[in-house]
Amino acid sequence: MNTARKLLGTVAVIATLGVVAGCSSAGDPTPVRTTAAPGSVDLRMTVWTSNEAQLALFNGIADAYKKDHAEIGTITFESLPFADYNTTLTTQIAGGNAPDLAWMGDLSRDLITAGALVPLTETLKSTEGWDYDDLLQSVVGQFSDGDQLYAYPFSNSPFALYVNEDVLAQAGQTLPTNPTWEEVSEIGSAVHAATGKAGFVIRDFDYSGWNVLATVWTGWGAEAWNAEGTQCGFDSEKMADAFAFLHDAAFEKTSMPGPGAKADFFAGDSAFTIAQVSRAALLDGSFSYSVHPLPAGPVGEYSVLGQAGVGVLQSSPHVQEATDFLAYLTNPENAEQLAQFFPPPRQSLLTGEKLAANNPKLTAQQLQQVVVDQLPSAVPLPNHTRPAEIAQKVKTALDAMWTPDADVPAVLSSVCDSIDPLLSK
Amino acid sequence: MTAPTLVDTRGATSVDVAPRGPRTSTVFWTAARRDALTGYLFILPQVIGVLVFVIVPVGLGVFYSMNDWNVFTGKMQFIGGEHYAAVLSDPQLPGVLSATAVFSGGVVVLNIGLGLLLAVLLNRRFRGVTLFRTLFFSPVVVSVVAWTLVWGFLLQDNGGINGVLEAIGIPGTNWLQQGSTAMLAVVVTQVVRSVGINMILFLAALQGVPGELYEAARIDAASSRTIFFRITLPLISPTLLLTAIITIVGALQAFAQIAVLTEGGPGLYTTVLVYYVYQQAFAFNDIGYGSTLALMLLSFVLLLTLLQWQLRKKWVFYEN
Repeated sequence: MNTARKLLGTVAVIATLGVVAGCSSAGDPTPVRTTAAPGSVDLRMTVWTSNEAQLALFNGIADAYKKDHAEIGTITFESLPFADYNTTLTTQIAGGNAPDLAWMGDLSRDLITAGALVPLTETLKSTEGWDYDDLLQSVVGQFSDGDQLYAYPFSNSPFALYVNEDVLAQAGQTLPTNPTWEEVSEIGSAVHAATGKAGFVIRDFDYSGWNVLATVWTGWGAEAWNAEGTQCGFDSEKMADAFAFLHDAAFEKTSMPGPGAKADFFAGDSAFTIAQVSRAALLDGSFSYSVHPLPAGPVGEYSVLGQAGVGVLQSSPHVQEATDFLAYLTNPENAEQLAQFFPPPRQSLLTGEKLAANNPKLTAQQLQQVVVDQLPSAVPLPNHTRPAEIAQKVKTALDAMWTPDADVPAVLSSVCDSIDPLLSK
Repeated sequence: MTAPTLVDTRGATSVDVAPRGPRTSTVFWTAARRDALTGYLFILPQVIGVLVFVIVPVGLGVFYSMNDWNVFTGKMQFIGGEHYAAVLSDPQLPGVLSATAVFSGGVVVLNIGLGLLLAVLLNRRFRGVTLFRTLFFSPVVVSVVAWTLVWGFLLQDNGGINGVLEAIGIPGTNWLQQGSTAMLAVVVTQVVRSVGINMILFLAALQGVPGELYEAARIDAASSRTIFFRITLPLISPTLLLTAIITIVGALQAFAQIAVLTEGGPGLYTTVLVYYVYQQAFAFNDIGYGSTLALMLLSFVLLLTLLQWQLRKKWVFYEN
C-alpha cells in the first residue's frame, strides 16, 4: 500500500513538473518567473489618452500577454484627463492607490529622484529578443539616471513647422526652402495684414505654457538651465535675444497672436504653427498643408522634441509581474505596433517608410525629414525636479513680459531670481 | 450585621427580606433619558458628518503640517514647526494675501451692495417683476465652471466684450492679461453669478418688514432716505449679518473662477489663498506646506466669522 502511494506520488510530481516545463517552453520566450497563483495578479496602468484606437491596441497587447501568463487576472488601462494627469497620479500615489505602471511626462525627474520607479535596464537587457541596444541614446536621457533606465520612452515626437498653404497663397506669400525664424515672422506679419488671420502660433503656449518656447529659444542657442539643472539660463544674452524676437513678433510685427487672442492652426486660423509631429492627427484635410523641420535660428538648424515614457512604480504590489509586462509591451514586435501612434525610440523602426505605413497624414519623405532625421540630435523640452513649482514661478515672472513696453532683460532676470532657490535644491 | 427590615406599608406585619437594589434601577429608560436619546439620534448624522468631514480632516491637516511628506515614496518625516516658520519667509505669500483681501473685499462690497439694491428695486409691484427676479437669480443655478468658461471666452482680447465695446466706439482692453483688470474681471464674474442668492435673502427680509411702520413714517413726513436707514436697514440687519457671513466665507473659498479664468495670473494678481493652497498641496506636491496654509485660511474664516458674530450686538436689531 505504501509502495503504491509513493509510486503514485512520484508520478504525480513528475507529471506536474512536465506540465509546467511544457507550458514554459511552448509559450513565450521569456520564462515565467513569477510565483503568483493563477489569476491572482491584476495590473493597472494609467495613461492620458482616451483615443479608442490606441486603447484598443493596448488591450490587444494585454490580451496576448495574458494568454501566456496564467498569473495575470486583469490588465486595465485607466485613462486620466491630460490636463490633470500629474495631479491625479500623484494623488493616487499619495493616497495609497498607485497604479502598477504609469505614463509620465515632466513628472519623470521627480519620480526618478524620489526612487519611486523600478529600474528597468537589467530586466530589459535580459529579456530575450528585447534588443536593448536598439534604443536611440538621444531619447533615453530624460528617463534615465546615469546608465539606469527607469521608463521606456515610448513617444518621441519632434516639434515641426506646420504650414497652411492656402492661407499663404491667399496672402500672396511663399515660404522659402529651409526658412529662418525671421522669414517666418515676416511672412506671418504679411499674412496677418492681408487676411486678418494669425501668423505663427506656438501651440500650447497661450502665454502660459512657457516650456514650449524652447522650440524657439533653442534656435538662439539658449537653454532654460544648464545640463545639471543647477544654473538658470533665462538671464543669458541669447535668451534675451530670443525673447526680444518673440516680444517683437507679438507686439510690433503682430506676426504672432498677442496675449489673450486665440488662434487654432488646425481650424485654419493661422498660417503657421509649431507643434509636435504627433499633432498631425488633427489635420482634417480642410486646407492644404505642408510640414517642415523647425525654422533655423541664429545658431542654425536644430530640433526639439516632446517625450512620454512608461515605467513601473515601486509601490506596486506586483513589481515583478508589472516589469515583465512592460518588457512585453515594449518588445520589438509591440513597439512596431505602438509606432503607428507614437514615434518610437528604436532605431530599427525609425525610417520614413516604416513610420508612414501607419500614418495617413504625412508622407514617408515628410516623416523622414521631420522625425527620423531630427531625433538623433533633438533636444528635449526643459525638464527638472519640482516641474510644477518651477513652471508656476517662471510663468508668474514671465507674465510681465507680455505687455508692449516690457523690459525684456529685466523680466528674464526676475525669472532667474524666482527659480534660483529651486534649482539649487 | 442584620438584614435590613422593611415595613409593610399595609401595616400588617414586619418581615425580613433579602437585600435588593434601588427600586429605580428597573426603570432605566425614564422619559428624560428617552428624550435625550431621541435628541442624540437626531443630531447623530450631523455629528458624524462634522467628525468625518471637519474634525478628522482638520486634525489630519495639523498632523500633515508638522511633517514633510514625500508623496512619491509615502515617507513622512516629522519636522515640527518648520512649515509654520516657512509661512513667515514665503516671498509669494504677501502678494497672495493682498490678492485675497482685494478679491474678498471686492466681492463682499459689490455682492451685498448690489444684492440689496436689486432687492429694494424688485420689492415693488410692477409688470414683469417676476421675470426680473428670475433673471437675476438664474446664474446661481448655473455650474460655476461652465459660467466661468463662458466668461473666459467673453473676456479674451478678441472676445465678445471687447467686440461690443468696439461696436460702440469704446476701446477695449486685454481684461485677463493685466493685473488690475484681471482682478476686476474675476470679481465681477463671481458677483454676477452669486448676487442672486443675496438678492433673494434681502427680498425675503424686506417683505417681512411690517407695512404699518412705513405708513407711520410717511404720516410723520419721513423722507425715503430716512425710512430706508431708520426702518428698513435696522429691520433687515439680521439678514445683512447672515449675507455678510456667507459672502465672506464664499469669497474666501472661491477657487474654480480663479483656476479657470486666470490660473492666478498675471503674476500673482489673482492668486487668492485657496488657489495657492491647491497649488502647494496638489500641483507642487507639498502637502505639509499646503496643509499649513489651509489651517491659516481656516483661522481667517473662523476669526472673521467670530468677529462679525461679536459685532452683531452693536448693529444687528432683533425685534424680540
